[in-house]
Amino acid sequence: MSILVIAEHDGHTLNVSTARTVSCAAAIGGTIDVAVLGSGIDAIASEAAAIEGVSRVLAVSGDHLANPLAANLAPEIVALAGEYSHLLGPSTTFGKDVMPRVAALLGVNQVSDIMAVEGERQFKRPIYAGNAIIDVTVPEGATVVATARAASWKQAPQGGSAAVENRDATTSAPGHTRYVELKAAGGERPDLQSAPKVVSGGRALGSADNFELIYKLADKMGAAVGASRAAVDAGYVPNEMQVGQTGKIIAPELYMAFGISGAIQHITGIKDAGTIVAVNKDPEAPIFEIADIGLAGDLFTVIPEIEALL
Amino acid sequence: MKILVGIKRVVDYNVRIRILPDGSGVDTDGVKMSINPFDEIALEEALRIKEAGNAEEVVVVSIGSDACQQQLRTGLAMGADRAIQVQVDGPVQPLTAARALLKVVEKEQPGLVILGKQAIDDDNNQTGQMLSALWGRPQATFASKVELAGETATVTREVDSGLEVIEVDLPAVITTDLRLNEPRFVKLPDIMKAKRKPLDTLTMDELGVSAENDIQVGHHAPPPQRQRGIMVEDAQQLVDALKERGLL
Ligand SMILES: Cc1cc2nc3c(=O)[nH]c(=O)nc-3n(C[C@H](O)[C@H](O)[C@H](O)COP(=O)(O)OP(=O)(O)OC[C@H]3O[C@@H](n4cnc5c(N)ncnc54)[C@H](O)[C@@H]3O)c2cc1C
Ligand SMILES: Nc1ncnc2c1ncn2[C@@H]1O[C@H](COP(=O)(O)O)[C@@H](O)[C@H]1O
Repeated sequence: MSILVIAEHDGHTLNVSTARTVSCAAAIGGTIDVAVLGSGIDAIASEAAAIEGVSRVLAVSGDHLANPLAANLAPEIVALAGEYSHLLGPSTTFGKDVMPRVAALLGVNQVSDIMAVEGERQFKRPIYAGNAIIDVTVPEGATVVATARAASWKQAPQGGSAAVENRDATTSAPGHTRYVELKAAGGERPDLQSAPKVVSGGRALGSADNFELIYKLADKMGAAVGASRAAVDAGYVPNEMQVGQTGKIIAPELYMAFGISGAIQHITGIKDAGTIVAVNKDPEAPIFEIADIGLAGDLFTVIPEIEALL
Repeated sequence: MKILVGIKRVVDYNVRIRILPDGSGVDTDGVKMSINPFDEIALEEALRIKEAGNAEEVVVVSIGSDACQQQLRTGLAMGADRAIQVQVDGPVQPLTAARALLKVVEKEQPGLVILGKQAIDDDNNQTGQMLSALWGRPQATFASKVELAGETATVTREVDSGLEVIEVDLPAVITTDLRLNEPRFVKLPDIMKAKRKPLDTLTMDELGVSAENDIQVGHHAPPPQRQRGIMVEDAQQLVDALKERGLL
């Protein structure tokens, strides 16, 4: 068995989703290679080589691979696929975009969001917003193409020293898809997908200005900031902060939800958190059914009180 | 230009699903079924493009049993011009759905195909990417804004790090994210009108498509449940509880 993990990066550094995907690969077993595709990727390839459990890093360079365009990346990944029984990507927007394109070019279905490995070709994955977990088996003879659900896998540790093999891209750009730009709100706060603590706000915040309350508390705690879909839709915060079925699935040690009702689509995104804290003025809010620590109260008084106690 | 929109019949997003006692599947008996919410957004976008004068015809397609005609009718009531059912009994996996859609694309020659980013039953998030791969055309997934200009579309995509903008040549496949638009409500007179709009049925045999490399789906289990924890009275008790757990 030989597994190729497709690395995710932003052109400068490796995304943490790569080390998580390596953990999933390690649970499957066999040799693990990592493919880093891009342009000017030496430093990223070295980062990948330092992940424990990785045998070899394939650093594939091409100008048309500089930006994460699935139409350009997929044929290059397919060109590498021959040697491998499994191709694994992260279940991030990057992996979700590119891996199904790879699967289709190979004529196979994809296993989306692996939560647990039961065998070389047998996995557990969630359906219906995580309300059912199913066992799936990839038929013999088909390459396993899959994405690893980020919140289910811890980052594989550092300490590896894999060989880096530099290659030139063997495909060229189809030319019909062009990268324009990335508009990132960015900021100095910890990354939502890997932060141990997350403070989140919902519709109850009422405005972008009021959301400052959440930012201030998060900053004091060194936490990342998340939000419900309602808060994003209302324009209080940018889309990349959405937590849930159609946003980010996260597993921090501590998740604090302020003024979030606890719709199933939101809960799906936080089920794997260590401790869930909920503050909601409605004592019957569904979020209290799954919260470890609940406080029925008005967030506009509770947040400043918590802050004063830190 | 013609726009093709994929519509999947799924359990309504408000329903709390129940797993069958023997773990063989999810109970859909007597459960409310709807158009996959992302597909409603896809159809709304297609209708807006048509209303802006950038398309002449909107065709909705569903691959499924005869029951999916109900969702196609709803799509016609929303404003689609025509519907196509690809008749098949039982579940269809994304690769097969994409192959069937490709055959319809070859027949219909649309300038744009708009699908949902994911069907909320199986949460696969694959079909649009697969269709564009098989078709050899661009994909613009997770769209929150679509602007058409001549033979290209500029699409803003919701990605983990923010909003990514790409430009694709048409024809192309776009998949929708939640913030692309808010779908319109269907009005009663439109439901009546929709009954007279054409709904054609094709079979997988006619299209020459059969399922291959299907993933075998086995046991269904409920997810591990989180237990209701403690309720505290005030901020002080909350902070104490967090300190006790070593979280502060
Ligand atoms: C296909 C689909 C996908 C979806 N994906 C997601 C997703 O990924 N993530 C997501 O979050 N949602 C998602 N949703 C939306 C989801 O169903 C809910 O609508 C959303 O989560 C509600 O957000 P909310 O809890 O902030 O708002 P509300 O449900 O309006 O809740 C606000 C809460 O704040 C409380 N409150 C009000 N004032 C105060 C106050 N002063 N102090 C304390 N509490 C107060 C209220 O009691 C209430 O419980 C999705 C929906 C669909 C259909
Ligand atoms: N059986 C189907 N009939 C019509 N469209 C479908 C079908 N299955 C998937 N699609 C389309 O593909 C999108 C993504 O589905 P999936 O890849 O299954 O998550 C859906 O939102 C639909 O637009």
